Amino acid sequence: MTATYARSAPLRQMPGALVRAALLALLAFLIFGPLLNLVLWAFAEKWYFPSKLPLEYGFTFWQRVFAPRGNALGSLGTSVWIALLTVVFSLAVAIPAGYALARLRLPWRGAILLAFLLPQAVPNLPVYVNIAQVFYQIGLAGTITGVVLVHASHGLVLAVWIASAAFAAVDGSLEEAARNMGASPWTCFRTVTLPLAAPGLMASAIFVFLESLDEFTGTYFVGVPDVTTLPLLMFNASMGGNYQIASITALLLLVPSIGFMLVVERFLKSDVLAMVGR
Amino acid sequence: MSTELTAGLAPVEPESRARRAARAKRWAGFALIAPALAVVALFFVLPLALSAVGAFRAADGGFTLAHFAKAVDLYSKDIGFTIAIVALSTLLIALVAIAIAGYLTLGENPRAVALLRWLYRWPLFIPFVVAGQVMRTFLAKNGLLNHVLIGSGIIEPLSAQSMLDWRGIVVAFVWKQAPFVTLLLAGAMASLDRTHVEAARNLGAPRWRVLFGIVLPQVRGTLLVGLVLSFVTMLSVLSVPLMINPNSPTMMTVDVAYRISTLADYAVANALCLLSLLLAAMGAAFYLRHAVRKAEGA
Repeated sequence: MTATYARSAPLRQMPGALVRAALLALLAFLIFGPLLNLVLWAFAEKWYFPSKLPLEYGFTFWQRVFAPRGNALGSLGTSVWIALLTVVFSLAVAIPAGYALARLRLPWRGAILLAFLLPQAVPNLPVYVNIAQVFYQIGLAGTITGVVLVHASHGLVLAVWIASAAFAAVDGSLEEAARNMGASPWTCFRTVTLPLAAPGLMASAIFVFLESLDEFTGTYFVGVPDVTTLPLLMFNASMGGNYQIASITALLLLVPSIGFMLVVERFLKSDVLAMVGR
Repeated sequence: MSTELTAGLAPVEPESRARRAARAKRWAGFALIAPALAVVALFFVLPLALSAVGAFRAADGGFTLAHFAKAVDLYSKDIGFTIAIVALSTLLIALVAIAIAGYLTLGENPRAVALLRWLYRWPLFIPFVVAGQVMRTFLAKNGLLNHVLIGSGIIEPLSAQSMLDWRGIVVAFVWKQAPFVTLLLAGAMASLDRTHVEAARNLGAPRWRVLFGIVLPQVRGTLLVGLVLSFVTMLSVLSVPLMINPNSPTMMTVDVAYRISTLADYAVANALCLLSLLLAAMGAAFYLRHAVRKAEGA
């Protein structure tokens, strides 16, 4: 009985292994197929309807995108500058808030956490539409500052929640030990809590950076007509029917996104992830 | 506790000092949070309130429901379309996330698990606007999907059709959001106590029963948070419907952008916005009910 079972086990597992391989292959196609199509477009010189693959490959459009008078490099610069300012601004307000939420026993802590969730948990369109109108009246429409403020208010939930989770994941007994040995609260925070929470804070900084870099709708309403970020440039090229330019710009936007995806777990350990929103 | 002790030893002075310290700590806490809250209040809550005001204010400044009547009259089809697309996408995202996270937690072939873990996350941080462009090429009549389907003999060349309609929006949404929910869900599953899972497996329970009977009930909160966030995010994505399916019937975000960019009609745009807020509130209520139940249970 046992012998039969042992012999037939690999045979019975065969269809399972095949199904598993087929499902993984299907998933791989669904994930990479669209990306591959984008890459093909980025290098296609000519591509008409019935042909399965581009008729000619080349770099003509890359030259156009990166030409000194092309606006891609300018948009890239604008995007990165806005994203950096957003990170600095968000973390400057999120680190104290995250620490307070994690360590000081605050009344209405849950309500405060939820308040930061608002910008993610409420459709953003009404906010962008109306803030654009307000900014227009006070002269912030079409300025970098205006776009940074909009990006920051949206990215703040990630910054605060992840910062709070990162501080909460720091072992409190280490802080206690430092305090018992006579460290002031500030020294304790600077030399014990902050370094231990640093990977989580780094993760929140990267999240905010990427979110700002990729943001479309807010910039679409608030940034017009002077601030053109990379996503807006890509959108305009795509709607104008220029698939090559749109695809090349999209590839530029993909590099940081995919790069971060590959390393995210190095920064965001599961112990921090488990504390998010708690 | 310590307050009571010191209070017993030295009645008046130390007690008030401890209380003062506690109060100072609380004020310090609020001072630390205040700047962040101010940002949310000024650049989020205030414009949101303006939206609510604008949706109900008539040209003469009085109260009116005319903007809503006009919004529903013009766009009732798009409102239904939006609900259907977002609901269907949320459902598909849940199924994909449960399947992938479940296999990552319970899968017994380490190589397949490692491959899947590496594979599923690629679209995680890809922005919606790029996902829109990617799907615009992939799902087009001349896109890679049709060529692969034709090449493998699944469809005839003549029956190849563009999927750049409601299907394209759903595919783009699921492609982009499922990895996010999966990441949250797999993280929550990984931090579960494995003893129950092992016990059930040892008693001969099949993996799908372990997943739905033991693992999933314990991470329901995380799944719900991920789904509610995705639901609301998808409600306010403008780029994907604009790029994939800009013609009627389309999503409400496209209508809002049209009312503003082309007609400068903020009143009807705000009314549409409030209707989408109402939809989001239903999603949030779903989450809050769960959160309250959890708080009561704790």
